[in-house]
Amino acid sequence: MKEINVKARIDSLPQVISFVMDNLEEWGCSMKISMQVEIATEEIFVNIAHYAYEEGEGDAVVKIDFDEEARKFALIFIDRGIPFNPLEADTPDVNASLSERKVGGLGIFMTRKYMDDMQYEYRDGQNILTLIKSI
Amino acid sequence: MTVTTNLEGEKLTVALRGRLDTLTSRDLETELESLLANPDIKVLVIDMKELEYISSAGLRVMLDAARTMEDKGEMIVTNLCSEVMDVFSITGFSEVFTIR
Repeated sequence: MKEINVKARIDSLPQVISFVMDNLEEWGCSMKISMQVEIATEEIFVNIAHYAYEEGEGDAVVKIDFDEEARKFALIFIDRGIPFNPLEADTPDVNASLSERKVGGLGIFMTRKYMDDMQYEYRDGQNILTLIKSI
Repeated sequence: MTVTTNLEGEKLTVALRGRLDTLTSRDLETELESLLANPDIKVLVIDMKELEYISSAGLRVMLDAARTMEDKGEMIVTNLCSEVMDVFSITGFSEVFTIR
């Protein structure tokens, strides 16, 4: 298990993306899977940076854990911000017309589409979101 | 990300190169707003030939541009690589945008 601890701010995004993608690269996965994981990483981290600590500041921890035998990995996002379960977020209407389109919720929707599984728990004052993906 | 623009008569082509993410989409949004303030523009072509990555922040900028162009003429998104096309497909944006 490897981990990185960053300020939960948008400008930490490149650091978080590098951490995840560099670790993923060691495993050698397709362009398609790389981009899917990168999107999930960005969407979840940006959500934390925008909303977890409201006006205040805080940290976020990102962990990556590979299961070599099963050829899958877990990406874990932890923050100590306000409790938020992304699994309960409203699903955007992806069939809406141009004028009725909303972008809110799209990031979580894409994450759910691109990752195999997503688990959430709130424990000891921490939001813990685990994303699972086979490669 | 690099943005290259080319205005020919009423057609503006905006070529995107690199990554359209939460950080870079802000710059593109500002640039498109100022470019599309030109009342002569009737056709906006977004060329994604060299775009490697797009997240929901990038889709938001595309949506805003498409709405602006709805009143002025049309917006065409072109040359999407398969990974970027997949993002448009799963989010249903492939149905609301004109993609060539």
